[in-house]
Amino acid sequence: MGSKLPLFPEQASSIAPDVDHLTLFLLAVAIFFTVLIFSSIFYFAIRYRRRSDRELPHVQHGGMALEIIWSVIPFGITMVMFTWGARLYYEESRPPDNALPIYVVGKQWMWKIEHMEGQREINELHIPVGRAVKLTMASEDVIHSFFVPAFRLKSDVVPGKYSTLWFTATKPGKYHLFCAEYCGTRHSGMIGWIYVMEPQDYENWLNGGPPPATLAQGGERLFNSLACSNCHKPDGTGRCPSLVGLYGKTVQLASGNKVVADEDYIRESILQPSAKVVAGYPPVMPTYQGQVNEDGILQLVEYVKSLGDKPEDKKRAAGTLGEQH
Amino acid sequence: MITAAVQEREHYLNQSYGIKSWLLTKDHKRIGLLYLFTVTLFFFLGGAFATMIRIELLTPTGNFVSSETYNKLFTMHGVAMVFFFLIPSIPATLGNFFLPMMIGARDLAFPRINLLSWYLLVIGGAFSLFAMLAGGVDTGWTFYTPYSTTYSNTWVIATALGIFIAGFSSILTGLNFIVTVHRMRAPGMTWMRMPLFVWSTYATSLIQVLGTPVLAVTIVLLFCERVFHIGIFDPNLGGDPVLFQHLFWFYSHPAVYIMVLPAMGIISEVVSVFSRKPPFGYIFIAYASMAIAVLGFLVWGHHLFVATQSVYAGLVFSFLSYFVAIPSAIKVFNWTATLYKGSISFATPMLYAFGFIGLFTIGGLTGLFVAALGFDVHVTDTYFVVAHFHYIMVGGTIMAYLAGLHYWWPKMTGRMYPEGWARLSALVIFLGFNLTFFPQFILGYLGMPRRYHVYPDEFQVLHVLSTAGASVLAVGYLMPMIYFVWSLRYGKIAGANPWGATGLEWKTASPPPLHNFDEMPVVTHEAYDYSTVIGEEVQVG
Repeated sequence: MGSKLPLFPEQASSIAPDVDHLTLFLLAVAIFFTVLIFSSIFYFAIRYRRRSDRELPHVQHGGMALEIIWSVIPFGITMVMFTWGARLYYEESRPPDNALPIYVVGKQWMWKIEHMEGQREINELHIPVGRAVKLTMASEDVIHSFFVPAFRLKSDVVPGKYSTLWFTATKPGKYHLFCAEYCGTRHSGMIGWIYVMEPQDYENWLNGGPPPATLAQGGERLFNSLACSNCHKPDGTGRCPSLVGLYGKTVQLASGNKVVADEDYIRESILQPSAKVVAGYPPVMPTYQGQVNEDGILQLVEYVKSLGDKPEDKKRAAGTLGEQH
Repeated sequence: MITAAVQEREHYLNQSYGIKSWLLTKDHKRIGLLYLFTVTLFFFLGGAFATMIRIELLTPTGNFVSSETYNKLFTMHGVAMVFFFLIPSIPATLGNFFLPMMIGARDLAFPRINLLSWYLLVIGGAFSLFAMLAGGVDTGWTFYTPYSTTYSNTWVIATALGIFIAGFSSILTGLNFIVTVHRMRAPGMTWMRMPLFVWSTYATSLIQVLGTPVLAVTIVLLFCERVFHIGIFDPNLGGDPVLFQHLFWFYSHPAVYIMVLPAMGIISEVVSVFSRKPPFGYIFIAYASMAIAVLGFLVWGHHLFVATQSVYAGLVFSFLSYFVAIPSAIKVFNWTATLYKGSISFATPMLYAFGFIGLFTIGGLTGLFVAALGFDVHVTDTYFVVAHFHYIMVGGTIMAYLAGLHYWWPKMTGRMYPEGWARLSALVIFLGFNLTFFPQFILGYLGMPRRYHVYPDEFQVLHVLSTAGASVLAVGYLMPMIYFVWSLRYGKIAGANPWGATGLEWKTASPPPLHNFDEMPVVTHEAYDYSTVIGEEVQVG
């Protein structure tokens, strides 16, 4: 029976103990005030119970000192709650640079996971223990929410944009993955498991099975088959800007604004090319809305990112930056 | 059974008879009773849906109804309870009946508009009922896009149209109350002599008038996208799904205060009368209502902490959410302080008021939990949130509504309810409520998501506890239903002022005459001067 009635969820991420500490603080405050209010009411109600129908108590209209005390002290306590909660939230929004990127696509009613090395999973996510993981998530249809109670984390997965979630798993094991945003008939079936593995087991898992194409390789194939490569030539001689070294750079737009070329920008440029046109180029690119699904877009994004990962590109980018100084 | 004295005296109930005298009435008291009848119907309808939800959740496998049906059940439970019970409940029944009487007015400022409001609620309710009978709707009461606009194949538009129409009922009631409070107060009824129920209902009316139009706009936009495929929320049409959530919660968070502010007003009245002391910190309680009405409009974003809203927006909305907690805390402390050295009666309304304070305290404190960003990321969209808002909306609003119904029942009907049964019902509801919803806090922290038809085995024990509690709660809610009806015929005859209360509504006969007062009341005292009703002064303590 004991195993059937859990009262506290497992802690399996680096942030989970911090969230639980906040919970304990909140609980302590709540218990203090609940006991204070309940016992005052019980005591007053019994101590001052009506003994005669004719009795008339003294009139007290209130007291400024009391009003100030019971406004200011609770306000101070709530500001501790605010700061504590905000600190965790901020931390949860800042993935470390070296986090292992993994891609997630939610659709009615399954989770599709794609690893950099090309492994794909459905409703299962294998990750190594002790290493920061950053999920980039997209939805094919309605809003979903990626929720891992043992990690104390969730993020909505909203169609039309990427959302991210990062965590470091701290304990090998098998943990629930739930969709937490109602998404239609089989919402409660949109569940899965997170497998947290020892690094060596994770390596073995990655190497199990035939070596599939990596995400970037898949993206390269799409890049050629969708004829992107006709215009986006690597040496910049095409009708459109070269994508080499693009990722992470600041791009000057024709509108005069600047934008950092992150995943969302690349995604948007594929689906709505005319939204943010690069300065110096004509707005000739057609939209690929409807021609490539979220999986394909993720692969394309990963391919574009991989173009910036080549060491010579990095050197060149660093050189340009250096000249500007 | 009716005694000769009551039979002879003319009052609003025996002034005229027949169905037309009710359906065409302009008397705020009769309209209040029409509302009472209507919202009670929706309460038991919503309760029936809840019953089926709780039966389904007894087992983890989802073997009582299909997933389609389950999703419709929780949607229609939410729609019936929120839009057709909780929002109209206290303002439109007890507010309609007593707001004019408490300020010494003959009626509301616009009696015909008042009747129109009731018809709008009925027409809106009929649309939503039609949708429920025709096949139901499965979007959740929150109608999140793009599911509601593009993907759901159920009766979204009929339901939304019902809510749209009922919204105008709410706006017109609010408007009527605001004008009435400004223009119709009896001579001497200054703002600072107004009973606290009037203050809180006034604050509620402001929210109704300012907030509900935003809901109407949101529904129109939803309609445009679903019917005409105009891209507003669906990203495939160029829209933004999160925009819907901003618009929806801009109304629906303040709507929580539409539900709970009038409840707080009732508690202020009841705690004072049954302690026979003016409310401690009258002016703070009054202004706290106004502060809640204003601040309530600034916190909607705390429903979107994990909805890809920016981190900085999250920080601002979390910060502001703590501001709105303080006026609520001030009220709880003042009610408690009112008991100090009072003359505490354990009559049924007071027991319900104690129940309210207890449940509202737990609901309010867990509100502080979910306003904390790092905590909310874990529990949002889980049963923790379900438990939290049921503590506020059911534990708070319905306890207070029942406190108010018992408190004013003798005035409305001229009859007393059976005190023993009524006290028992307060106890049964309090215990049943906690057994139903407390386990849900634990469920939520363990990670049980909302709106799950099928769930993992390890959550079953807590779900069984919750369902057991819901059975107790159902018995508790049926009890007043039965004995209130019983009392109409067999209840003891009530005098004009059975509680020794000070409000103007108690200075006229029970039930009141058609125009409330035989002669225009003139107010010479503050609202809660018990020395005017209790002749002989006896010290306690």
